[in-house]
Amino acid sequence: MSRLLEIVRRDLRLALRQGSDSVMVVTFFVLTVILFPFGIGPEANILERVSPGVLWVTALLASMLSLDRLFQADYEDGSLELLALTPTALEVLVIGKVIAHWLTTGLPLMIAAPVLAVLLHMNGEGFIALLVTMLLGTPTLSLIGAMGAALVLGARRGGVLLSLLVLPLYIPVLIFGVGAIDAVVQGLEDGAQLLVLGGILLAALPLAPLAAAAALRQALE
Amino acid sequence: MLWCRAMIDGCSPSSQFTGEKLLCIRGERVVFTQLNFSIASGEALLLLGPNGSGKSSLLRLMAGLLKAASGQLSWNGLPVLEDREAHAGRIHYVGHHDAIKPVLSVLENLRFWARLHDGAAGDKTAWAALETLGLDRLADVPGKLLSAGQKRRLNLARLLAAPAPLWLLDEPTVALDRASVKVLEGVIAQHRAAGGMVVLSTHADIDLPEAGALHLDEFSAPADAMLGVWS
Repeated sequence: MSRLLEIVRRDLRLALRQGSDSVMVVTFFVLTVILFPFGIGPEANILERVSPGVLWVTALLASMLSLDRLFQADYEDGSLELLALTPTALEVLVIGKVIAHWLTTGLPLMIAAPVLAVLLHMNGEGFIALLVTMLLGTPTLSLIGAMGAALVLGARRGGVLLSLLVLPLYIPVLIFGVGAIDAVVQGLEDGAQLLVLGGILLAALPLAPLAAAAALRQALE
Repeated sequence: MLWCRAMIDGCSPSSQFTGEKLLCIRGERVVFTQLNFSIASGEALLLLGPNGSGKSSLLRLMAGLLKAASGQLSWNGLPVLEDREAHAGRIHYVGHHDAIKPVLSVLENLRFWARLHDGAAGDKTAWAALETLGLDRLADVPGKLLSAGQKRRLNLARLLAAPAPLWLLDEPTVALDRASVKVLEGVIAQHRAAGGMVVLSTHADIDLPEAGALHLDEFSAPADAMLGVWS
């Protein structure tokens, strides 16, 4: 447990001092969402209708941007070998890295989302649902992303390959995330969608680190 | 030194690390075959051989980063692969890369690895390690400003910052100046005196009194044996 915190602390410190990744992700998110009113016109009802989808699709793409650096830097400077040789299961260390990744990308996205929802004229009732779906969905994105990032480690053009691997796996999160917000906006219950989102997160929590650790060991051979 | 004593109390008085009939295949090439070695507390093993003879592969195999295609590695008679984490706690591996983060200071880099290896590792041992390797005045300098030799010394400081009985050193003298090599020889001698083991590969001269030598080219597979495996 102390080792898990140690690695979270180190990755946060690295992210704070290097700065670039978090800022890049949030800037990409904001800029891309701002493009939509320009692209489809300023009519409030159209923007309102598409707002949950736009926010979620853009959030998926934004969170993917930072993934290829998740293990790459550690792989290149030899840290990953040493991480694999600590007296803790590699799976635990992967969870630590995922937590740090979520804190530096998922959490800023979640904070930026309501502000952008205003820009897209999202119905006020959707705000809470947006936040809750982001809270349940973005950790899943980091978990699935870690799996993809570990798999493409050492491959040339890993970035492109990574998006091909990871985007299809993001689809369930997208469907239920948008579905929950739509339901609330239309005055329906969103409980079922939120439960599914939570379920996906609970399934990814043990499975993704297992798969990622196995892929990392493979990459180190 | 204190850390040596602490280490010897922590592990059984005499340990034995052995490999039997190890076969290592990289890609489709047999790197070495039928390799046996044995090393006990206080001993050192020097890996010798030309480039590509499998020195690094053997060290990675001993560390558990690579799996042997056949054969067995054991610690005090117990197979190493049965408990990877316990084995990881017994070893320190120094590879070709120094694993130093450019934006973290020297002390932060060292402290991270020490705590990851030994949850209870304190700052005192980290400082002592930096002092031994002559890095204490650079403790606050970020990793990106270090020279190659200083990076290597910081990597070697991990050995002292958290105790482990078995050191696996892959060409530790690369980028080190004469004085630092002398320091490293002293550190290794102290480690052995306290009951530690060292496996080391090098092309440079390093003074390891009474070290066993393993010539890896003696275990390379003849050309027809290679066909035997792969046809």
